[in-house]
Amino acid sequence: MRFTNLLPDQRSPVGNMLDRTGELASFIGRFFGRVWKPPYEWKETLAQMDEVGARSFLLVSVTGLAIGVVMAMQSRGTLAAFGAESYLPNMLTLTVVKEIGPVFTSLVLAGRLGAGIGAEIGSMRVTEQIDALEVAALKPFHYLVITRVVACVIVFPVLTVWADAIALLGGYFESFVVADTDYRIFFTMAFSSIRFEDLMMDTGKTAIFGFIVAIVSCYLGYNVRGGTREVGQAAMRAVVVSSLLILLADVIIVRLSLMLFGGVGSALQEHFYHKGMTRRGPFTSFGARLAIFDC
Amino acid sequence: MPEAETTEPERRDEAQETAPAAEPDEAPYAPPSSSKPEDDATAPARSTSGEVQPIGSGPPPEDTIIELRDLHKSFGDLDVLNGASLSVERGTSAVVMGGSGAGKSVLLKHVVKLLTPDAGEPWVKGQRVDEMTGEELDDLRLSIGYLFQGGALFDSMSVEENMNFFLKRHSALSKGERQDRIEETLSWVNLVDTAPKYPAELSGGQQKRIGLARAIILQPEILLYDEPTTGLDPVSVRTVSDLIVRLRDERGITSVAITHDLLCAEIITDRAHFIYEGEILESGTLKELKHSDHPTIRNFFGN
Repeated sequence: MRFTNLLPDQRSPVGNMLDRTGELASFIGRFFGRVWKPPYEWKETLAQMDEVGARSFLLVSVTGLAIGVVMAMQSRGTLAAFGAESYLPNMLTLTVVKEIGPVFTSLVLAGRLGAGIGAEIGSMRVTEQIDALEVAALKPFHYLVITRVVACVIVFPVLTVWADAIALLGGYFESFVVADTDYRIFFTMAFSSIRFEDLMMDTGKTAIFGFIVAIVSCYLGYNVRGGTREVGQAAMRAVVVSSLLILLADVIIVRLSLMLFGGVGSALQEHFYHKGMTRRGPFTSFGARLAIFDC
Repeated sequence: MPEAETTEPERRDEAQETAPAAEPDEAPYAPPSSSKPEDDATAPARSTSGEVQPIGSGPPPEDTIIELRDLHKSFGDLDVLNGASLSVERGTSAVVMGGSGAGKSVLLKHVVKLLTPDAGEPWVKGQRVDEMTGEELDDLRLSIGYLFQGGALFDSMSVEENMNFFLKRHSALSKGERQDRIEETLSWVNLVDTAPKYPAELSGGQQKRIGLARAIILQPEILLYDEPTTGLDPVSVRTVSDLIVRLRDERGITSVAITHDLLCAEIITDRAHFIYEGEILESGTLKELKHSDHPTIRNFFGN
C-alpha cells in the first residue's frame, strides 16, 4: 500500500504518514485475518498476560492511588465553594470510573508496554530472530503479535478496574484524614452514583485502548529496518503514537456512547431524581443533562 | 511433493542412513584430518557442473536440490538482484562469495521464501518456493536449517530452551528423548556445558556454534549459512568451518554458504560462485575463481 516508490527519506512527510497509516491498516487486517486460525499460542498468551498484568501491577496501583488522593484534594475545595462537599464520593467515583481511571491507566500502560513491546520485537527483527522463527515454520506473527495483542485486550480492563478501586481507596483515605469521613457513608455514596453497566462500558473501552497499544507497538517493532537506533525510535514512536491514538479513540468512544446510551451517570441522574432535584427526561441522556443543569 | 511431506522421524532415518559409521554422540567434536574436500580421497565424487536450466523449463534434475533461475529483486529504486542464477547439487557444499552489498544475503533468503523474487524462479527440492504457501511451505522449511549471521538465538531463552523450542513444536519426541537429542547435538558442537546459559553469556564463536546446533536439531537435508564466520578469530573460523564440512561428510547435508571469508571458503567449498551487483559473474571451483580473468574477481581475491 505504497503511495510513492521513493526511499523513505525522499518522501514527503504526508506521503510517509499515509504510507505508515496504510501499512498499519494492513497489519490490523492481517491480525483479524489470522487471530482465528491455528496455531493458538495459549501458553505464550498467558506468559504475555503475566508480563503485561502482573509486572504492571505496582505501577498501576501507585497510579490509581495518586489519582484518588489528588482528585479528592483538588475537588474538595471546589465542591465546598458550592456547598456540595458531601458529594465528593459521587464526583470522585464518576470522574475516576468514567474517564480518569481508564484513560490514565491506559496512558501509563502505553508508556510501559508500548516501549517494551516496540523495543523487544524491534530488536528481534534486527537480530534476525523473527526470520529464524519464520524459517523454522513457527509463525512469528502468531507467536509475537497475536499473543501480545490478546494479552493486552484482556489485561487492560482488569488493571483499570484495579486502578479505579485503588483510586477510590485513595479518595477515601484523603476524606478520612481531612474530614474524618465514615467509610460506610463514603462508599455508599460512591457506589450509588455508578451502575454496573456504566462500569462495564467505561472499563470495556480500555480493551480497545489495549488493542491500540499492542497493535501499534507490534507494528512498529515488527517493521523496524536498520539497527539499534531504529529500535530505539520504534520504542519511542510506539509510546507517542499509541498515546495519541488512545486520546483520539477516547473522544470517539465517549461521543458514540453519549449518542447511543446517554449522558453522565444514569445512576446519578436517578439519585438526583429521587431527591427531587431534577425531573426525568424522555431519554436517559436528556435526563442526565437536566440533572447537571439543575445542580 | 513427496519430499516436502516427509515427516520428522522419517527425515531422521534418512539422515542416519546417509551418515557414516561414527555417531555424533560417540564422536565428540574433533576437527577433520583434512578439511579440503578435494584432498579427501574417501569423499564421494561430487558434481561441479552446476548448469542452470532456463526459465520455464520445469523442475531441475533430481540431483539438483537448489536451483535459482534468473532472480531479480528490487527494494524501491534499489536493484539488488539482477538475474542471479545458480544451482546446487545434492550433498555438496556451495559457497557464494562477493563483496558487501553484492546481494548475497538477499539471494539466500529466496531459498526459504523469506523474500520472493520480482522475477525469476527459485526451485528447491523440485518445487517452486515462491509459489508455495501454508503447510507445503512449512514442510519445506522444516527440511532446511538456516544459520543466521549473528546466530539469531532467542535471547530471552537459555541455550537449552532455544533448542527445545524447535523440538517441542516440530517433533513427537517425549521430554526425555528431546533432552537426549539436545545433549547429543550440543556435544556435536562441543558445547554441552552451555545448555543453561543465555546467549548474552556466550562468545561470538560459541553463539555461531549454538546457532548451528539449533539449525541441525531437526535434522534438515539442506543447511544455509549466512556469513557463518564473520567477526570470528581464525581459530573459531576453522572450528565453525570444520563443523560445516563434517555435516556434509557425516550427515550428507547439502549446504549453501555466503561468505567473504577466504579461509572458510577454502575449507568448506565444493563449488564457488562469485556474485557482483546482483549477478553471478562466475562459478567453478574456488581455485578456478581465484585464477579468473575477470578484473572484479581478481580484485576481490587480491590478485
